[in-house]
Amino acid sequence: MSIWEYANPKKFMQTSAWALPWVTGLAVIALVGGLIWGFFFTPDDYKQGSTVKIIYIHVPSAMMAINAWVMMLVASLIWIIRRHHVSALAAKAAAPIGMTMTLIALFTGAIWGQPMWGTWWAWDPRLTSFLILFLFYLGYIALWEAIDDPDTAADLTSVLCLVGSVFALLSRYAVNFWNQGLHQDASLSMDAEENVADVFWYPLLICIAGFVLLFVTLVLIRTRTEIRSRRLKALEARERMA
Amino acid sequence: MIALLLRDLRLAIRAGGGFGLGLAFFLIVTVLVPFGVGPEGDTLARIAPGILWVGALLACLLSLDRIFALDFEDGSLDLLATAPIPLEAVVTMKAAAHWLTTGLPLVVAAPVFGVLLNLQGEGFFWLTVSLALGTPALSVIGTFGAALTVGLKRGGLLLSLLVLPLYVPTLIFGAETVRRGTEGMETGAPLMLLAGITAASVALLPFASAAAIRVNLR
Repeated sequence: MSIWEYANPKKFMQTSAWALPWVTGLAVIALVGGLIWGFFFTPDDYKQGSTVKIIYIHVPSAMMAINAWVMMLVASLIWIIRRHHVSALAAKAAAPIGMTMTLIALFTGAIWGQPMWGTWWAWDPRLTSFLILFLFYLGYIALWEAIDDPDTAADLTSVLCLVGSVFALLSRYAVNFWNQGLHQDASLSMDAEENVADVFWYPLLICIAGFVLLFVTLVLIRTRTEIRSRRLKALEARERMA
Repeated sequence: MIALLLRDLRLAIRAGGGFGLGLAFFLIVTVLVPFGVGPEGDTLARIAPGILWVGALLACLLSLDRIFALDFEDGSLDLLATAPIPLEAVVTMKAAAHWLTTGLPLVVAAPVFGVLLNLQGEGFFWLTVSLALGTPALSVIGTFGAALTVGLKRGGLLLSLLVLPLYVPTLIFGAETVRRGTEGMETGAPLMLLAGITAASVALLPFASAAAIRVNLR
């Protein structure tokens, strides 16, 4: 029994079909519970008023925007090294979700920034690196769409993902160099002196868990769809041959 | 390898090679900017470093799809891939040829265009230095983008979408060097980072480009 058994599409379909309802259920419970707790049962911040509640969407989506790219990077590496098709399809499935998470983080950030900083957008390092991350997602998805042959597409997008990761990281530190920002520093780290107060911290944790589960759910569904459409294509090709 | 470099240079310089198009494009961008932002010397002097760097970057981008497209169409790319020298070396030479025909003219011409944008004092020196150090990275990164899109019909627009985000760090450090130089500040840090990006790209990216070409020729 090893994780590589799930490289077999049949095995993957069986296991994911069994796991999907559970993951979906947990995601719904965590999201609904966390968001309701966060929106209705936490106090307003003494400076920010009720706008502080955007944190329950902004922070988890921003985390998932980065984690989705990391997951694509790992899946691309697995595809390049071991050539498991499920892995390449999972990377393809994750990209639009990660892009949506990036957009959500940018938009909720703008809505938050308007009353707090007095502006929708500032060329702050964090904001800028998220915009650049969005462009990387865009290029990655466009490359998948542009190539007809699925194996060629998987190879080229994997190479792009590897190179893109290096440059995305580089850009993230380059923009630090270029401009100082308005955005606050990390306030959820385990080792930091000063963190978000516990009242906000617990519902936020549940929301983060909810977003992780939501991401897993969506990736599973989209990967299953990709596998099915690949099977359909194979069937159609066989029809034409006959 | 030298023969390959000379062949690419000859092809680029002779009729129909598009040599100088990038330079002309750079000139036009430089001329258009004052129409857009107004002729006041102060404004122009402040934005000149950025505009010159963005202009050089776009001019570089313009000629990228020519790196492999013609060789791919007439089949010589297949021959190059089966040639006794490694594909990584072929890719490096292609990038070098692109730099010699596009990057180097930009480096030489940029100070002249700086006059048009009212670039100040020290800026001319730092512009030349930063472009000389930075444009090789632009060529090598662009070659990677061209290698990814070589087999595609209408790859041009996709190529810009893929390559422009990769240009961000180079642009930041390049323009920052010139800006600091113009204002008489310390330029060592951004210049060294720029040189670092160039060195790392030249050393590592040819492997990625060669891998992409192998996939595209399969």
